[in-house]
Amino acid sequence: MAMLELKSINLNLGGKPILSNVNIDFWEGHVHAVVGPNGAGKSTLANVIMGLEGYRKVEGDIIFNGTSIKDMGIAERAKLGITLGWQEPARYEGLTVGKFIMASAKDKSVDTAKDVLEMVGLNPEDYLQRAVDKTLSGGERKKVELASILAMRPRLVLLDEPDSGIDVSSLEKIFDGIKLLRSFGSTVILITHSIAVMKQAEHAFLFCGGKLVTKGSADKIEGFFEGECLPCEHKNAPDEGDIYGN
Amino acid sequence: MEINELLQIANEDKILNDKGTAHMTINLNKVVSKNLVPGLHIDTEEMEDGVKAKIVVDEGVVIEKQVHLCFGVTHEQAVQRILMDIDIKKGASISVLSHCVFPRAVHVKHIMDAKIRIGEGAAYTYEEKHIHSEHGGIEVYPKAVVDLDRGARFKTTFELVRGRVGLLDIDYDITGYDESVMEMMSKVSGREDDLIKIREAGSLVGEKARGVLTSRVAVRGNAKAEVYNVLKATAPYARGHVDCKEIIQDNGTATAIPIVEVSNPKAHVTHEAAIGSVDTKQLETLMSRGLDEEEAVELIINGLLS
Ligand SMILES: Nc1ncnc2c1ncn2[C@@H]1O[C@H](COP(=O)(O)OP(=O)(O)OP(=O)(O)O)[C@@H](O)[C@H]1O
Ligand SMILES: [Mg+2]
Repeated sequence: MAMLELKSINLNLGGKPILSNVNIDFWEGHVHAVVGPNGAGKSTLANVIMGLEGYRKVEGDIIFNGTSIKDMGIAERAKLGITLGWQEPARYEGLTVGKFIMASAKDKSVDTAKDVLEMVGLNPEDYLQRAVDKTLSGGERKKVELASILAMRPRLVLLDEPDSGIDVSSLEKIFDGIKLLRSFGSTVILITHSIAVMKQAEHAFLFCGGKLVTKGSADKIEGFFEGECLPCEHKNAPDEGDIYGN
Repeated sequence: MEINELLQIANEDKILNDKGTAHMTINLNKVVSKNLVPGLHIDTEEMEDGVKAKIVVDEGVVIEKQVHLCFGVTHEQAVQRILMDIDIKKGASISVLSHCVFPRAVHVKHIMDAKIRIGEGAAYTYEEKHIHSEHGGIEVYPKAVVDLDRGARFKTTFELVRGRVGLLDIDYDITGYDESVMEMMSKVSGREDDLIKIREAGSLVGEKARGVLTSRVAVRGNAKAEVYNVLKATAPYARGHVDCKEIIQDNGTATAIPIVEVSNPKAHVTHEAAIGSVDTKQLETLMSRGLDEEEAVELIINGLLS
């Protein structure tokens, strides 16, 4: 069953179309990937679904479990179980990792915070009292973001570039996190231009220039992405370094 | 109200039973209790409206356990003047936690006037935490003039985040000689018609002297904050930084005036100031985890002031 339906989504920003006539169904309990080159509109799509400031003036409709959420604010959507892991997560002066995770958590206990930190490969002893500020490395911050999402037990989670800033040895931990989310029953949408991340998904949607170009099984789209998309001269096609440089 | 209640509010009641921990408790103009450790001297003189205290740490003495001071006013109306003369001798080291507790204050004026000398290579850490009543009628005037000798270190934190501020007028002046280090941090949270004035001035007059002035202020309701940070460097290799962050909500207003002045080409001073509402990405992240906007703002501000 479709958990989230995007119906004829159009969005203009700064006077130009950023998303054009996007129609997608995301299936409950499945892992999806939204792929495409830099500037394709992937993060914009995630921001539209989460309802972030500046991404609310969309045409079309967003249906979550049969109800339109288009006019709802972020907190309201989050209370329905929708969340977003940022491409570049926010940093907070003085707020500890423990408090940040517990604020997000369904079960607000220190044990939950410890559990989810372990799930993403961070030792709770070392991290619970650290601040979620600039002293965390980019990769650590991404892991804390994923930990907070695991603690929330969302029904629908958008992960924008979950592998950015993550080294090869930690990548498996991130993938484990995605599997855990799935095992919790979460519907997952991965935003990525990495083949390795795409491989975690069952279905994939390929974007270019703000449009949905093609969709299908992740295997099929992977072939299309490598065969058609990479060699393409289109202005927002990335060079190979961007794609394999993870 | 009993002084014991006051100590409980500050969570200080248990520590004062430890004979190895030096402490002094003052209620208005009376020294209620005092415990000293070897090498630490506190001479007091009770005045009509307060207490004069001379604190000396002998040369080379390292006081291991943090010293606890409590300045309380259990009355609703009063003026409390504390005159402090602090002398940390060469090579000595002390850390002080000071609670200023005015739990019933309706009209209370608390004046703290300190002269502090920190000798060569000595270290003084001073943390001052205020606990105020929910009335806005408190006036607090912390004033300090501090001299740091060669290689001396002074680290001070002023915190007023519990209860209403009322009127706060901080005035700190610090001079640092060769290779000294000064770190000043103030954290204040204002509401309703609170008025917060912070003036911190550091002069880095010695070679390789270093200084950091940090302020973290949140103003809500109709509260106002003025932060005036001055950092001057006149000696070679002196290094300084001024860092002021103020969050405003509702009708709060905040001003930041950082002045950095350098008169030696080998010295270097930087500053950053940010005033505004809560950062959108910080707010949206917490809201996307299911927090209401107010809860998210509270968490962000508490973090900043923690
Ligand atoms: N607020 C905005 N105003 C104007 N243009 C915007 C705005 N937000 C995004 N864009 C533009 O929309 C396009 C899509 O941006 P988006 O961030 O969604 O791309 P992306 O697919 O996530 O790319 P990447 O892989 O680099 O993260 C870009 O050309 C971007 O510059
Ligand atoms: Mg993006």
